[in-house]
Amino acid sequence: MTIKLGVPSKGRLMDKTFDWFARRGVTLTRTGSDREYAGAVAGIDGVALVLLSAGEIPRELAAGRIHLGVTGTDLVQDKLPLWEQQVEPVVEMGFGHADLVLAVPTAWVDVDLTDDLDAVAAMFRARHGFRLRIATKYHRLVREFLRDAGVADYALVDSQGATEGTVANETAEAIADITSSGETLSANHLKVLSDGLILASQATLWRSRVAPLADADRSTLFDLIERLH
Amino acid sequence: MSTPRARALALRAEFEAAGARVVEPPVLQPAELLLDLYGEDIRARAYVTSDALRGEQMLRPDFTVPVVQMHMADGAEPARYTYAGEVFRRQEDDAERANEYWQVGYEVFDRADPPAADAEVFTLIASALTHLPLHPVTGDIGILMAAVDGLQTSDRRKAALRRHIWRPRRFRALLDRFGGRVPVPESRAALIAGDVTSTAPLTGLRTQSEIDARVAALRADAVEPPIGAQELEGLEALLAVRETVPFALQQLNDLSVDLPAIKPAVRRFSARAEALRARGIDVDALAFEASHGRTLMEYYDGFVFAFYADGRPDLPPIASGGRYDALTRRLGGGDEIPAVGAVLRPGLMVELEGAP
Repeated sequence: MTIKLGVPSKGRLMDKTFDWFARRGVTLTRTGSDREYAGAVAGIDGVALVLLSAGEIPRELAAGRIHLGVTGTDLVQDKLPLWEQQVEPVVEMGFGHADLVLAVPTAWVDVDLTDDLDAVAAMFRARHGFRLRIATKYHRLVREFLRDAGVADYALVDSQGATEGTVANETAEAIADITSSGETLSANHLKVLSDGLILASQATLWRSRVAPLADADRSTLFDLIERLH
Repeated sequence: MSTPRARALALRAEFEAAGARVVEPPVLQPAELLLDLYGEDIRARAYVTSDALRGEQMLRPDFTVPVVQMHMADGAEPARYTYAGEVFRRQEDDAERANEYWQVGYEVFDRADPPAADAEVFTLIASALTHLPLHPVTGDIGILMAAVDGLQTSDRRKAALRRHIWRPRRFRALLDRFGGRVPVPESRAALIAGDVTSTAPLTGLRTQSEIDARVAALRADAVEPPIGAQELEGLEALLAVRETVPFALQQLNDLSVDLPAIKPAVRRFSARAEALRARGIDVDALAFEASHGRTLMEYYDGFVFAFYADGRPDLPPIASGGRYDALTRRLGGGDEIPAVGAVLRPGLMVELEGAP
């Protein structure tokens, strides 16, 4: 048996993850051709590298098919109900910062707080005959946030990409999306509500609470976690 | 031991014998109507599926909406309906809760004597449960609505409060604001003073005139005097009433001195108590909580009640129900009729019957 470590399979997130582990004496490498998703681990025995899409890592952790995995807080919290029971954060890795925020048109001078958004949603529904639409792909997180904030008379519409464009395209009145710098938002004439931070996310190393562990694996896992802190 | 299904069908047969007509609404319900009624929260609680022809459909999360629709479409009056079947509820927070379970219901559409209809439904449900260790709790959303409608303040504020009766935390925040107990948020004060402008182009469906209308409404609200301390205290005391029915009635009568608008609703409460007593319910021991029902379905607007298992706070109510006159108006296309109903959960009954 080995400890399986799930890591994003491409892009900046993979590169930064490799760098982060390298600084702690654990060398992760991709093996074979560029197109082949196989990898190797040097610097510690008994650990295998599994390259996966960042979006699939929460599910694999929850299923216990990998012991450790690197992915964003946003993906874990949105994809896993009762995530605390299935995974545990080991260490925040200090990169991949992204905030899930609620944004409305900048020209809505009367809207600065979720309290305003709720009032506007009521007026919008009375005027247009349907609920104020909020475009997002983070349905669970956004719904829970709005429930806690006491916002009513809205509807979530699914948007898997180019979410900032939905308002100008008149398929939504507001959006909830990940932003790192806010530039895309302002380029699309949108502003973040003052109390509209739904989640501050960053790349995080997670441990599965359900992956089976043989005794030998257990000590490997604790050694590895020790070195990474 | 009986199965939930057998128990459900037996209960339905009892309700049929009591004079109700058996109805069988489809499992698949159009999602649009349910979403429009319940809002986005229903998506977290109901399973949604779809096809290319009919669009989004929901596995029925309850029977009340389809029964009301059916009655409003072609029901003769007065009418009593009963049904038994499974409902489906998505569970995202608690894997222990059932996502598919039987419900048996009884619904009354009758203009003649609403307090008597309330008592009829409550008594019928109570009589199906006498052998189980349960305690009923009653409430009355109509009294809360009347109290809000009677406040000495602007219609806009009353509408905002009414809209959030079912969100207790938000309701309290609004009361604090309208009562002048919390400062106006900085950004709003700046907007009212005319200090907030934007040169960004306006995108989306919401128009400049809608923005202007809201700003004007906020300015009008800024010069509106706060809701008086006496009214606020009265409303808070009302929300806190938790007594047996006779003591609750006494407290409500006392409160109607400061909140005279609740008098008609309190008279209905009193008439209901008498109707319950006439049907043999031990009203002197019956619990009343003014806030009961504020976290239930948004369509209840009068009498509400639920039966909870003694010593089992982990279980959802074994039975629950209430009056939903406004829902018949929403679904009636200009028509409306006083309506009250309740559901039982035979699966939980069987579980409790099997408990040592």
